[in-house]
Amino acid sequence: MSGKTLYDKLWDSHLVRENEEGTSLLYIDRQLIHEVTSPQAFEGMRLANRSLWRTEANVAVPDHNIPTKDRDKGIEDPFSKLQVDTLDENCDSFQIKEFKMSDPNQGIVHVIGPEQGLTLPGMTIVCGDSHTSTHGALGALAFGIGTSEVEHVLSTQCLIQQKSKNMLIKMNGELKQGITAKDLILFIIGKIGTAGGTGYAIEFGGDAIKALSMEGRMTVCNMTIEAGARAGLIAVDQTTLDYVNGKPFAPKGELWDQASEYWKTLQSDQDAVFDKTIEIDAGDINPMVTWGTSPEMVTDVDGMIPFTTNGKFQPALDYMGLAQGTAIKNIDLDKIFIGSCTNSRIEDLREAAKVVDGKKVSDSIKLAMVVPGSGPVKAQAEQEGLDKIFLDAGFEWREPGCSMCLAMNADRLESGERCASTSNRNFEGRQGQGGRTHLVSPAMAAAAAIKGHFVNVTTVGWEN
Amino acid sequence: MEKFQTFTGIVAPLDRANIDTDAIIPKQFLKSIHRTGFGPNLFDEWRYLDHGEPGQDCTNRPLNQNFVLNQDRYKNSSVLLTRENFGCGSSREHAPWALADYGFKAIISESFADIFYNNCFKNGILPITLSTEKIQHLIEKTESNIGFSLKVDLENQTLTDSFGNMTFFEIESFRKDALLNGLEEIGLTLSHAEEIKIFETSHLQKHPWLFRT
Ligand code: SF4
Repeated sequence: MSGKTLYDKLWDSHLVRENEEGTSLLYIDRQLIHEVTSPQAFEGMRLANRSLWRTEANVAVPDHNIPTKDRDKGIEDPFSKLQVDTLDENCDSFQIKEFKMSDPNQGIVHVIGPEQGLTLPGMTIVCGDSHTSTHGALGALAFGIGTSEVEHVLSTQCLIQQKSKNMLIKMNGELKQGITAKDLILFIIGKIGTAGGTGYAIEFGGDAIKALSMEGRMTVCNMTIEAGARAGLIAVDQTTLDYVNGKPFAPKGELWDQASEYWKTLQSDQDAVFDKTIEIDAGDINPMVTWGTSPEMVTDVDGMIPFTTNGKFQPALDYMGLAQGTAIKNIDLDKIFIGSCTNSRIEDLREAAKVVDGKKVSDSIKLAMVVPGSGPVKAQAEQEGLDKIFLDAGFEWREPGCSMCLAMNADRLESGERCASTSNRNFEGRQGQGGRTHLVSPAMAAAAAIKGHFVNVTTVGWEN
Repeated sequence: MEKFQTFTGIVAPLDRANIDTDAIIPKQFLKSIHRTGFGPNLFDEWRYLDHGEPGQDCTNRPLNQNFVLNQDRYKNSSVLLTRENFGCGSSREHAPWALADYGFKAIISESFADIFYNNCFKNGILPITLSTEKIQHLIEKTESNIGFSLKVDLENQTLTDSFGNMTFFEIESFRKDALLNGLEEIGLTLSHAEEIKIFETSHLQKHPWLFRT
């Protein structure tokens, strides 16, 4: 019998029962909750007169709707306010731990989970949010669910699931100097397409993945959903353990010893068989920039928008106001957004600050903003003086939240505005109706802010 | 959930791949704390010429006459026909809520994104997967025949058009049962409460660092 993949191990250790009709009942260790996808779940519980299965399994935080400035004035938009108030009320009445808007540890749900040690290796983790895949970077089985399933987990601590297939993406070799995890995952999506991972759990392995920091690994797993897979996974190693050790809710003392012994087993067996394996040479990757309205419409910064004869890209190009054959470096920008659960952690801000240090945002840029992923990230950055570097250059330095990643709060693009964004989706209207999004790494976004257009940040002096 | 019944419905063709849930229901409408009322804002940015906001009366908003659902011939359609990777992007269940609230009972596509596919079944919508050739054929037929409709029979897994042509589709048996019987999944899982408790106890013994907040 062949060995087990990491996904198989996580699945098997949470299997409560196999149902007669071919589905499985999977036990869920941790549910993360935010204000947008939970109100109807709590409402459903009340209507059915059900109680929480296990209160401590749940942790909540408001992030999508909250303002990133003048927070002391409260939330202006009445609909956003109602949604955040509803989360507060639900958490109060069900006694769920919540990092409220005013809490110094508040932040984007996928940033605070790992940061607080609330998401740990070996756990099953769900959230009514597709980027729950982020937490797979810690060797956990983490995936996004719909609101009906949020209610299912609240009421039963389980989900009815069907097992996915196993895919291994092996990143061989080393990334070139200055190439980041964001470029790596954009490259993968460009290669396998946004439906390439549908039906699979993807494990990322190989030397280039092992060399990544935890922040980088989270960026990769975060965008697994953009490759079509609900869950991304990376094996536990010393980098994982060093990251988790000392986090507020992580186990300590004897419990730590016991946990870390177990966590070390969380990797695919040597003889495990994957349904599909893709090998990629990491050394081939350059800084990546998306040019269309799907993350798979991506090329390297020295490239151009591809030509097609069948008109397949025309709707995307019309929306983006771009033509085939345009060089990426000739694309001028209006706004710069550094933030989101993909790229708002301390390392992301350090990378961007390094590029910005001592320079000024181009006059042609209307707004350049940095939105840290959480209160602790913001505090750490301020301690390191990163906020000053950004502010001196002409960036705005905001309070943590989802912000212009999806523009549910006041931060958004106006119609026709073009943005270099470190977020994860370039869909039509994602950052504001009619807004045009180009996905890039934090360093690339920072350099674009200085120049007013895309440049290859890995070249000396960023020559055009 | 109501039981899924055989029905015959007008087919609307949305000839586009990779339609994401942001397009199906834009984010500003996710601010609602209810499950209903999303139908008027389905495909809002494609459907109307102005910018929509929650709480707005949609009856007098300017319509984009080029958008397929605004054409008279597709009024009252209940079967949506579309291209690959439908429902990709965000996990928002507001997407199937909006489709159901508008009146769609079945969606036919080459493929669906995983979370969206799953969410459909929780809301009585049948997602049907057909080959690229069959989708192409159906899109052509829909466009060339005003009032083109399909009879959707889940029990027998068939689609029958107005001319009597029949196509089979595949679906996993547990998904089929759930729709046909209108199963209440939470109740079903709770019928195994004892087993869950036994599992939970041993799980905690093996992993005593879990369950802390
Ligand atoms: S930052 Fe963006 S992608 Fe991440 S949870 Fe918030 S809205 Fe979703």
